[in-house]
Amino acid sequence: MRKKIIEFRNVSFRYGDEQPWVLRNVSFDVYEKEWLAIIGHNGSGKSTIAKLMNGLLFPQEGEIIIDGQQVNDESIWSIRRDVGMVFQNPDNQFVGTTVQDDVAFGMENRGIPREEMIKRINETLSAVGMQEYHMTEPHRLSGGQKQRVAIASVLAISPKVLILDEATAMLDPKGRTEIMSTVSEVQDKNDLSLITITHDLHEVVQAERVIVMNNGEIWDEAVPREIFAKKDELRKIGLDVPFVTILADELNAAGINIEREPLNQEELLEGLWTLHSRT
Amino acid sequence: MDITFKNVTYIYQRNTPFAHKAIEDLSFHIPSGSFVAIIGHTGSGKSTLIQHLNGMVIPSEGEVTVGDFHLTQGKKPESMKELRSKVGVVFQYPEHQLFEETVGKDIAFGPENFGVPEDEIKRRIQEIIPAVGLPEELLERSPFDLSGGQMRRVAIAGVLAVKPDVLVLDEPTAGLDPRGQKDIMDMFYNLHKEQGLTTVLVTHSMEDAVKYADHVIIMNKGTKYMEGKPEEVFIQKDALNKVQLDVPEMVQFLNLFEAKFGKPIPFERQSIKEIAQSIQGIVKGAAPHE
Repeated sequence: MRKKIIEFRNVSFRYGDEQPWVLRNVSFDVYEKEWLAIIGHNGSGKSTIAKLMNGLLFPQEGEIIIDGQQVNDESIWSIRRDVGMVFQNPDNQFVGTTVQDDVAFGMENRGIPREEMIKRINETLSAVGMQEYHMTEPHRLSGGQKQRVAIASVLAISPKVLILDEATAMLDPKGRTEIMSTVSEVQDKNDLSLITITHDLHEVVQAERVIVMNNGEIWDEAVPREIFAKKDELRKIGLDVPFVTILADELNAAGINIEREPLNQEELLEGLWTLHSRT
Repeated sequence: MDITFKNVTYIYQRNTPFAHKAIEDLSFHIPSGSFVAIIGHTGSGKSTLIQHLNGMVIPSEGEVTVGDFHLTQGKKPESMKELRSKVGVVFQYPEHQLFEETVGKDIAFGPENFGVPEDEIKRRIQEIIPAVGLPEELLERSPFDLSGGQMRRVAIAGVLAVKPDVLVLDEPTAGLDPRGQKDIMDMFYNLHKEQGLTTVLVTHSMEDAVKYADHVIIMNKGTKYMEGKPEEVFIQKDALNKVQLDVPEMVQFLNLFEAKFGKPIPFERQSIKEIAQSIQGIVKGAAPHE
């Protein structure tokens, strides 16, 4: 049994007394070192979950426990050391005048000694493949590069959980691929729990577990393959299923039954080949 | 309106040490009524290109022609305002430009500036509100109380209320969820058809280009790298990979399929259903080792 790093217990949240509930009675766990994806349409409550995880917001009902500590006014500073977050807009999260200053910022706030800072700047910038840009001014970077630096800045404070809140939504396809491969390497090396919040189902394939949000409630919680199998229902709640899933569906309608729900093109081709060899 | 670029070069901060060529010797022609997709990775010159279409920038060299308007260095068209009423631009994240007290006032701001009479503006708003998928009761609400997707629709309605002949869309679906993306693109496509617009779409999505565009221009380092029909351009995997672009997922799959089964299924912008039927024919056909 893996250790729970985040627990949501019957959490409800709204932005004001007169406002509608954004989250209703949400309970789930995040385990150590796992990759969890949270998906849902705009306004489904997924970003609110992220903000609750590091005390940017507090729930009106229920409780949130991070690594054994309940999130409250007193615990937020130690919790923010444990939970690092990268947001959607790469231009809104830079403070330093150079890449290395920016990575240093979070560490300075935590009083990390200079020698240790230099070591971590080197380590984290190499981890995201941005070492050669350490003296570059952030505004000269592409969107994907900026997000990689943002990830390095978060890693520098050695969090236990890394949350990417639609961190690829504003990037071009190349930037997206860069981030997703950086993220999966970083997770492997750093024993992190990784939470990716997205509405891009392509980004869900790599995750171990998926939570689907709909109108402030958990709609489903399963492994990616099981989620994709519910394609019609996913479409109904405003999500889009990948090309491979639609094709498998159309093949099914044309009388070709792929035994296992394919997650990617290779799996679909394998399935087709198996059928082909049998005929 | 026809759009023509003739040997257009644009240099930012010309005659300074920071001079930077964003577009170089660019020529192309877009016939009136086309739906054109402009694709290229970040920094390829796409945004500079579209800024020429309504005279926000004037070419440093060469000439841009939009309908009867000519843009060349040193000779601003006398009727810039008229050009801007004919060419509507939906910028990236257009909801950031909302500012009025109510949705209705925000939509009316553009046409008011172009001197459209008040009752005509009212009439246009009645027509546009359902077309962009907004409920009429929102007209009296503050635009800042709306959801992100609704705010974007309000901003788009403001552009449409000017009744442009050319619609320029700079990544109009960025940041929306999949259903929002599809709804907005379908809406633009319907308007394009119904009103006979000339539409220029800047996008990163090959899938959208395949679905909506009849012509594609691929930009790289400020120059035109490729141009043609989507079904011609999007099968050139090596050429696209060279400029850090990828073929649409469907083409990727068809390539892998051919490699594995030794039988090609040509890409003709067919539906996924049609592809499934072609595959069915091959897979259920002869066994591989006979």
